[in-house]
Amino acid sequence: MDPKTVRGFVGNKLSFSEVAPKDGIRMAAEMAPEDVVAIIGASGLRGRGGAGFPTGKKWEFARSQEGTPKYTICNADEGEPGTFKDRLILTDFPELVFAGMAIAGRAVGAEFGILYLRAEYGWLRDHLEAALERCRGANLLGKAILGNKEFNFDIAIRMGSGAYICGEETALLESLEGRRGDARNRIPFPVQAGYLGKPTTVNNVETLAWVPCVLVKGPSWFAAMGTRKAPGAWLFSVSGDCKRPGIYEYPFGTSLRQILSDVGAENAKAVQVGGASGTCVPPAQFDRTLSPGDLATGGSIIVFGPGQDMFAVAENFQHFFADESCGQCIPCRVGNQRLLEAIGRMRKDGLDTDGERNVRQLAQTMTVASKCGLGQMSARAFLAILNNFSGELPGRA
Amino acid sequence: MDAQQTLRTEVEQLVRVHGRGRTALMPILQDLNRAHSYISEDAMLAVSDALNVPRAEVYGVATFYSYFSVKPRGTYVIRVCRTISCAKQPDYHPAIAALFDELGIGFGETTSDGIFSLEQTNCAGMCDQGPSMMVNEDVYIHLTEASVRTILNECRHAALAAKKAQ
Repeated sequence: MDPKTVRGFVGNKLSFSEVAPKDGIRMAAEMAPEDVVAIIGASGLRGRGGAGFPTGKKWEFARSQEGTPKYTICNADEGEPGTFKDRLILTDFPELVFAGMAIAGRAVGAEFGILYLRAEYGWLRDHLEAALERCRGANLLGKAILGNKEFNFDIAIRMGSGAYICGEETALLESLEGRRGDARNRIPFPVQAGYLGKPTTVNNVETLAWVPCVLVKGPSWFAAMGTRKAPGAWLFSVSGDCKRPGIYEYPFGTSLRQILSDVGAENAKAVQVGGASGTCVPPAQFDRTLSPGDLATGGSIIVFGPGQDMFAVAENFQHFFADESCGQCIPCRVGNQRLLEAIGRMRKDGLDTDGERNVRQLAQTMTVASKCGLGQMSARAFLAILNNFSGELPGRA
Repeated sequence: MDAQQTLRTEVEQLVRVHGRGRTALMPILQDLNRAHSYISEDAMLAVSDALNVPRAEVYGVATFYSYFSVKPRGTYVIRVCRTISCAKQPDYHPAIAALFDELGIGFGETTSDGIFSLEQTNCAGMCDQGPSMMVNEDVYIHLTEASVRTILNECRHAALAAKKAQ
């Protein structure tokens, strides 16, 4: 199947289209590895998977580790509901992502990289293998990359098998090691003991695509796009009740209202920012901006139009979490199931004061006591909907 | 050669491709799952012996991931995306009604001719172009009642042609 047939709509010009992957690799080949880390650090680039950890810092930690060999992993297990930017990046700019991985390898001292691709994107595999072959043929991967004898790097693609939790980096590592996708305890962090117990960087597809752009165009070009606290731009996946769903690039600090106007969704009743594990924003807050200090996001925007039943939305998200919980810890395994049942009941019978106290307590327990981000975040959407749209419940109007 | 021996030979071939370490477990299970549409008990035993991984752990991995199955499935596994952006599209319910109508089965079931299994999947990443579904590894977007019927017919013809060719 040709990935271009499901490419979808891109709403504005993407910075990725302005950078040749080869130029980024050439710069890395000619630079000292510590200078590569310094430039990425100076740009202020943060992880685009949702957690927003500074990429330069992650690489610095990995670089300073003594264990060898080291590994560089690209997390292409894009599973957050409403998120599809990595799909577009892997369709249009695979070589840019591979360049980012090679540059990461050069920076931290890794010679082997793995791209972990979700099963749902299995149709992208041949396309990506062909791009890898082109990179090898052009000496952008392989031995002595672009003539630098100390720059060796190659990439293998490994598939997921349908588990949202494997987007969590330690669960992803478990999966690569042939185990169930159960999140690990931290410490140690993957940069200390990751794949096969060796120092490992795990970066998101989009993060890695920005890397060659930052090298080629310079950290100040990157920083100039966003705000002082949150430099750079971000790819947003926009879906739901809007006229022009698709991929849009925005600098940090862009207001939600601006985005809604661009995608044709001025009449939105609510917007889910950050996917199922994100938060639900009511119209009174549409002037908030998308940036780490305000509305943090993994780049997912789902628009709900005037007719939507918000507790049906909450139930859909909750079903997702009950289904995708790995089952390892009780607050997440049982909590998500109980919350799903509670939402079903309240949609039918409404919610009295006692019931409300109970579900809020349950949500609090899940948030505080779950082992990984899945359980810690899964009640967020429901709580936001309860806080802003409880009038839609029976007996509350 | 009996069925079990055939499977062991097949697993040995996969070991030659993917290696004998624990890291080969997922790729080997993925290949078996694709080739047979499921991972049988005999297959799990063969993998356990070949990789020297405890049987319970092979079973644990085979039952953790939603794309693996330890029960027989149809030649074509259909997975309809049920996550919000797809599920809220006007064509979502008509498309599902067409699936039920054409196949005569519900979610989690396999047709008696062994051609189709019907499942639901969480977000397939086609939120901007829903409703969507996967048919084995391919993805279909902008589903309608009519397009679902066309897709199923194409699969049916391909399955019958393959049977004839055997």
